[in-house]
Amino acid sequence: MKFAIKSVAFGVMVMGASFTFAQQGEVVKMVRIDPLSGLLGPVGVSQLKGYQFFAEKYSGKGNTAGVKFEITGIDNKLSPAESLNALKAAIDSGVRYIIQGNGSSVALALSDAVTKYNERNPGKEVIYLNDSAVDPDLTNSKCSYWHFRFDADTSMKMEAMSSFMAEQKDIKKVYILGQNYSHGVQVAKYTHSTLARKRPDIQIVGEDLHPIASVRDFAPYIAKIKASGADTLVTGNWGSDLSLLVKAANEGGYTGKIFTYYTGVTGTPSALGTNGAGRVYQIAYSHYNMGGQLQKWMDEFKVKYNDDFYTGSTIRIYEMLGAAMAKAKSTDPVKVAAAMEGLKVQSFNGEVEMRKADHQLQQPLYMTVWQKASKQYPYSPENTGMTLVPLKVYPNYVSSTPTSCEMKRPG
Amino acid sequence: MEFFIISMLNGLSYGLLLFMLSSGLTLIFSMMGVLNFAHASFYMIGAYVGYTVSKLVGFWPALVIAPIVVAVLGALFEKWCLRRVHKFGHVPELLITFGLSYVILEVVQLIWGQIAVEFRPPEVLQGPAFTLINHSVTGLKLLWGAAPAEMCSSADAAIRVVCSPFPATRGFMMLVALVMLVSVWLLLTKTRIGLVIQAALTHPETVEALGHNVPAIFMLVFGAGAGLAGLAGVIGGSTFLTDPSMAATVGSVIFVVVVVGGMGSLSGAFLASVLIGVIQTFAVAFDYSVGTLASEVGLTLSQSASSNSLVKLTLSQVAPILPYLFLILILIFRPKGLLGRREG
Repeated sequence: MKFAIKSVAFGVMVMGASFTFAQQGEVVKMVRIDPLSGLLGPVGVSQLKGYQFFAEKYSGKGNTAGVKFEITGIDNKLSPAESLNALKAAIDSGVRYIIQGNGSSVALALSDAVTKYNERNPGKEVIYLNDSAVDPDLTNSKCSYWHFRFDADTSMKMEAMSSFMAEQKDIKKVYILGQNYSHGVQVAKYTHSTLARKRPDIQIVGEDLHPIASVRDFAPYIAKIKASGADTLVTGNWGSDLSLLVKAANEGGYTGKIFTYYTGVTGTPSALGTNGAGRVYQIAYSHYNMGGQLQKWMDEFKVKYNDDFYTGSTIRIYEMLGAAMAKAKSTDPVKVAAAMEGLKVQSFNGEVEMRKADHQLQQPLYMTVWQKASKQYPYSPENTGMTLVPLKVYPNYVSSTPTSCEMKRPG
Repeated sequence: MEFFIISMLNGLSYGLLLFMLSSGLTLIFSMMGVLNFAHASFYMIGAYVGYTVSKLVGFWPALVIAPIVVAVLGALFEKWCLRRVHKFGHVPELLITFGLSYVILEVVQLIWGQIAVEFRPPEVLQGPAFTLINHSVTGLKLLWGAAPAEMCSSADAAIRVVCSPFPATRGFMMLVALVMLVSVWLLLTKTRIGLVIQAALTHPETVEALGHNVPAIFMLVFGAGAGLAGLAGVIGGSTFLTDPSMAATVGSVIFVVVVVGGMGSLSGAFLASVLIGVIQTFAVAFDYSVGTLASEVGLTLSQSASSNSLVKLTLSQVAPILPYLFLILILIFRPKGLLGRREG
């Protein structure tokens, strides 16, 4: 009898086990739609390398579901219209997982297109994983069930950044410069509102929006910022719009602080060089010296591609997908999307959670400053001899912001 | 004050770069009646060839070699392509240069890739040319080279010191443009070849009857025009950015320069490029909008009118479209351009 129970139990376990791993060995094809050419191309190219690098690391035994990840890129030239064509091409080739990051303008178009596609094509649903587009609208007024954001949105970043700025008593006059599209406008808006709340004595002495990815000479803007008497510049610029800005700032003798989102992104470390030590700050969900396994991977990535890995969302996407597929016991996007809601995973810096209400990843944020690389913080991007040194960590409960999303769930 | 000086210099240096580009374009146009759509592409080739040559033998040889390479390419294009379609009239000429600009863009992307290359100016040009020090007590002072850090800060909080360095690359850009302006002017007015070119400009048949080889002169002018664009490319590429979209960004502006200055007028091109450079630079500095203007003259706008996005649009935001607005206004009110002569 005892033996019978044991064997039945064993049989159930075997069945359970084989049932659990129904998705094991399946190939999950993903496409990243992002700029791979033009002024902002270097960012997309570097990030695609990151995805390919980590697809190897996280495939098979690398994830609990045991699936194999495959990723390719399609160049969208940063245009929402091109992105929609790319989305169609990806779907036609059987891809059910779409990744995008650079450009909230593109993100808003993609999120809308994916939602409509899924409504019209039941059984062929597509999931949109957003690794970097930070317009808060994507998880608020324009939230979608099929969109999952892994970066921290502007409301979260500005919450943390303004908390840090509030403690810096030497900040008196702030200038806001941004790219003239949804992202730049949101950064300006949240800078105004968070600073007014935390440091009403800070004066906003100027605000400018410039065309995205087309300004080659920021010298006129720097002259204007200097003339305004600003001691601090807040900018959400990225790619060439940030690297050329800091280059002009160095040449134009701007000596104030610069608060950025993307100092660590391709091009900007080289443009900064040893300038800006101690006065260029970055708020982000990760930084160059996280330690542990990530650090080893970053070193390996550098050797392999002679490039720097800085988009930690890449890892979170693989971790989250693996866990969700294991939980759903399937690679079907409908089941995976349901499994990802409220899912918590252990990431390179502790637990992160995909908030059910709006699909915004809840994660700690780091305030870092551009400094000489040291023994404690050795990783030097673009071989500059400099690094981003963490000053303050804002855990999930601080960086988290409320949402107004009214999620429409299918069925 | 230092804001005005630095902005003026920024505007002038940008304007002079535009002049280096448009001088070749206007020269070719006045000479051959060809509106060369591929002119900005020669600018891009200049930058890329300059980048490659400077990696091999350094920046200064590249500054000489790259324009020569571009000039030879331009001359060959004139000889083998442009001359063949010349007999079919202006439209085929226009179309062939238009096609060339696409071919060049694709070829550049094939050779050098789709993303920007790192073309750094030489060590000598990397610092500031001079620094303006505005001291709230002792006033404005000019110092050649970089100013030491202690001169740019004061221990006393009541004294405000602002240092405004002016990059040497921009100073160099202005210098080269001025040298080029003077030498092209001298060449055209004081030398024999210049006189022949000027004569061929208006009376090609007579010049040919006098025994001059007019097709060779055309080739020379086209090559020289392309070479000037190549020179601008080496300087512009190392100062700003060398990437495949650099031709497209200046391409439209130099046509504005040529039209505003007057088709075929070298002095007009100079005036127009400096004007556009300065206007564009200063426009960035002004936050005036229709809304602020209305409140200045005492008009009070309704809530909905003052929050209208068109009314809120500032001059700094519309800065990029100003040259084109200028173009349209000139075409309406002075079609021959600022210094152009109407063709008779």
